[in-house]
Amino acid sequence: MSEKQKAGIVAYGVYIPRLRITVEEIARVWEKDGKHVSAGLGLKEKAVGASDEDSATIAVEASRRAIEDFGITAQKIGAIYVGSESHPYAVKPTATIVSDALQAGPEVMAADLEFACKAGTAGVQMCLGLVKSKMIEYGLSIGADTAQGKPGDALEFTAASGGAAIIIGDKENEIIATIDHTCSYTTDTPDFWRRQHAEYPEHGGRFTGEPAYFRHVIGATKLMFKQTNTKAEDYDYVVFHQPNGKFPVQAANMLGIEFKKIEQGLITPYIGNTYSGSSMIGLCSVLDVVKPGQRILVTSYGSGAGSDSFSLTVTENAGKRKADVPVREMVNEKSYIDYALYVKHRGKINRG
Amino acid sequence: MSDGLALNWRRIPERYAMKGNHCTNCKQDYFPSRMICPNCRRKGHLVSKDMPRIGKIVSYTKVMVGPSGFENEGNYYLALIDLGSGAKVLSQIVDSDEQDIHIGASVKKMFRKIGEVEEKGAITYGYKFKVVKPLTEDQVEALKEKNKK
Amino acid sequence: MSKLRRVAMIGAGLTKFGEHWNLSFRELGTEAAIKAVENSNIDGKEIEAMYIGCMASGRFVGQEHIGALVADQLGLNPIPSTRVEAACASGGLALRTGYLSIASGEHDIVAVGGIEKMTEVTTAEAGFALGGAGDQETELFHGATFPALYALLAKVHMKQFGTTEEQMAAVSVKNHKNAVHNPIAQFRKEISIEQVMKSGYVATPLKLLDCSPISDGAAAVILAEIGLAKKLCENPVEIIGSTHATDSLALTGRKSLTELNATKVASAQLFHQTGLTPKDIDMAEVHDCFSIAEILAIEDIGFFKKGQGGPATEQGKTALDGEIAINPSGGLKGCGHPVGATGVKQAAEMFQQLRGEAGGRQVKEAEIGLTHNVGGSGATCVMHAFRLMENR
Repeated sequence: MSEKQKAGIVAYGVYIPRLRITVEEIARVWEKDGKHVSAGLGLKEKAVGASDEDSATIAVEASRRAIEDFGITAQKIGAIYVGSESHPYAVKPTATIVSDALQAGPEVMAADLEFACKAGTAGVQMCLGLVKSKMIEYGLSIGADTAQGKPGDALEFTAASGGAAIIIGDKENEIIATIDHTCSYTTDTPDFWRRQHAEYPEHGGRFTGEPAYFRHVIGATKLMFKQTNTKAEDYDYVVFHQPNGKFPVQAANMLGIEFKKIEQGLITPYIGNTYSGSSMIGLCSVLDVVKPGQRILVTSYGSGAGSDSFSLTVTENAGKRKADVPVREMVNEKSYIDYALYVKHRGKINRG
Repeated sequence: MSDGLALNWRRIPERYAMKGNHCTNCKQDYFPSRMICPNCRRKGHLVSKDMPRIGKIVSYTKVMVGPSGFENEGNYYLALIDLGSGAKVLSQIVDSDEQDIHIGASVKKMFRKIGEVEEKGAITYGYKFKVVKPLTEDQVEALKEKNKK
Repeated sequence: MSKLRRVAMIGAGLTKFGEHWNLSFRELGTEAAIKAVENSNIDGKEIEAMYIGCMASGRFVGQEHIGALVADQLGLNPIPSTRVEAACASGGLALRTGYLSIASGEHDIVAVGGIEKMTEVTTAEAGFALGGAGDQETELFHGATFPALYALLAKVHMKQFGTTEEQMAAVSVKNHKNAVHNPIAQFRKEISIEQVMKSGYVATPLKLLDCSPISDGAAAVILAEIGLAKKLCENPVEIIGSTHATDSLALTGRKSLTELNATKVASAQLFHQTGLTPKDIDMAEVHDCFSIAEILAIEDIGFFKKGQGGPATEQGKTALDGEIAINPSGGLKGCGHPVGATGVKQAAEMFQQLRGEAGGRQVKEAEIGLTHNVGGSGATCVMHAFRLMENR
């Protein structure tokens, strides 16, 4: 990609619902050893959307923060993509709700995306292409989910609610971090899915690990190294998709990346796996602290399966353009609920 | 709450973005929008205006028994909120601790689902508010500055 | 007023208020009308027109077009019969409409009714139907029930004037006490402050026993031009004033939350019309759909200073034998509140009281009474003043 067509992140926003349930509380109901589960997954609690929250409301809140905190004119947004595996409607877009809530439309491209946990980063790639080709001024991509784990299933400990919005633009005085390159690594791997009328997703257990998550995350990251002629040492911060607190740490180990480089972007231990929001929230947390000249590597992962990798360079605007509330502060605004309230809020009670 | 597809759709600018209007003659804000200014009547001139997304609680109540459409909600807080420019809004208060909800508390607009419709029906969204720490004058100025852009 | 003809009530009839599992909407209306006709000693054929207050028969029983329906049930077709709707003030407004039809010279004798049949639907559905008395799009849509709207008013009153939950409870206690002596009342038993305080919040600070109940019931009165009234009736009750004022449907449109402006306007006009002052009034039936509503009413009408309604109630000043008897019938709280019927019931109570027919709840030496009927959270107020006619 040529130097003069610089584009990158000009604004970002994160929204994490206030409610939390601890892994121990979920374990108590299913008579498992909570401490053991918690240690195994590398997380203590997860964020839970209240009964009046869904992926659309999360997407709107995250986008609104991006717009307000960074002074973006909503009407100048030319494309809105919402990535989620829990769109409120099976048929009827979430992106239209976001567009009207932001008053970005009606002259706007909009679509919903689904690629398990990487639908949001796929949207970032699409926005980048549209901005670089000058078809639009700003592109907004959102990863938002109210992820559903089957009651009693291992996923229930981690499947969380939350989302992030990233706005791509090409104005030099607005870009916080240029996206220097992006590439993807895609194969047909059925590690996790949800059929049309199924309420909860199915997954392949340990099959989701090595042949799925690790193969694609490592594959995409190595592809990035190769295509950009960079190596682990060249990056100051690294963010991987984080289905739990352990996988991204293992991936970093496998690639020879020090833990301190992934720590700032590791948010799942505090809020659980927000699926499409996961790696994007991690990136936003990194953007909260970066300094000009630093480089960031992000690799998402979506089951089914694929990874999108991004190489970014922080600009001089970084100090001036920051979110009002950093992600790591945001995660502390919380209120705990027990399992009974959790199932009520997430609509898991069958009222016949 | 049951059907009313067009009724709810028509209200989207009002419910999603709190679009009201403003009389350039008497400088009063209206939310929801009005067809004529009740003060100036036909002498008034109304222009579209987005309402402030922050306000102050004028009165509140914790509703323990809701009407149909709110069966899933258990208890919820409702408040009358002064938007500071002559307009008031009635809204639910969410994500706030009981002890923080009081007359005079500062609140900020949130985007939420309103009511819970039947599982197969269209979902209605709109404004709710949450209690926030009162803004300093600098913050209010900064917010105004941002909203101008 | 001067150009209008004078109008009097010559008969009143009421069904019992409460849960009428075995009576339908039309049967309730018919029963009240027959009682009113019998009470007024006319045949019924003299009735030239009917005005029926009803808020939400469509939502409650799926029946609209009730004007013709009730006239049919009474064998009074083809006379003109009109439904009047102003939420909970439908009955009062039907009375005013009937009054004006005679005062204007259009009719000489009319029947005024009020009917509501609320128990055919669940409590949640009834709450939704009643919510239509407020602003559907900006209040009910957000989950604002009627208790919630009045709770919002109560909260401000408490903050501004120090009104207490106990003072509000005193309204319900007093009205239940009066209702004991009213044969049509839904709740003919006394309650204590403690019972109200422990009755559980519906919308803070209002508790279940601060709220009027969901009720079935109907009321009817027969009105006649004054000359005719004197011929037909030994002791008619004259309607000496009738006023009607409105305000914004939604609370957000109100200039003040510590008063109902429609009440202030309607009462000021009523006193102007009649040349009376609040001190001249011996008793009043006011719209106590919630305990706070009675406190607002007795302040806004001018019986007590703003902020003194709570303490005055607590001190017994509004009891049957107090400074002014407020809601001798037991009010909406004690009698029940079949919304469309309430305004007409208030007039029927004045009819019985002024004629000395109120039994155990009789207000001593009552000469002048007024009624105050509110629609919604104060968007409509209809008021009437009554005096016994010297007819001997």
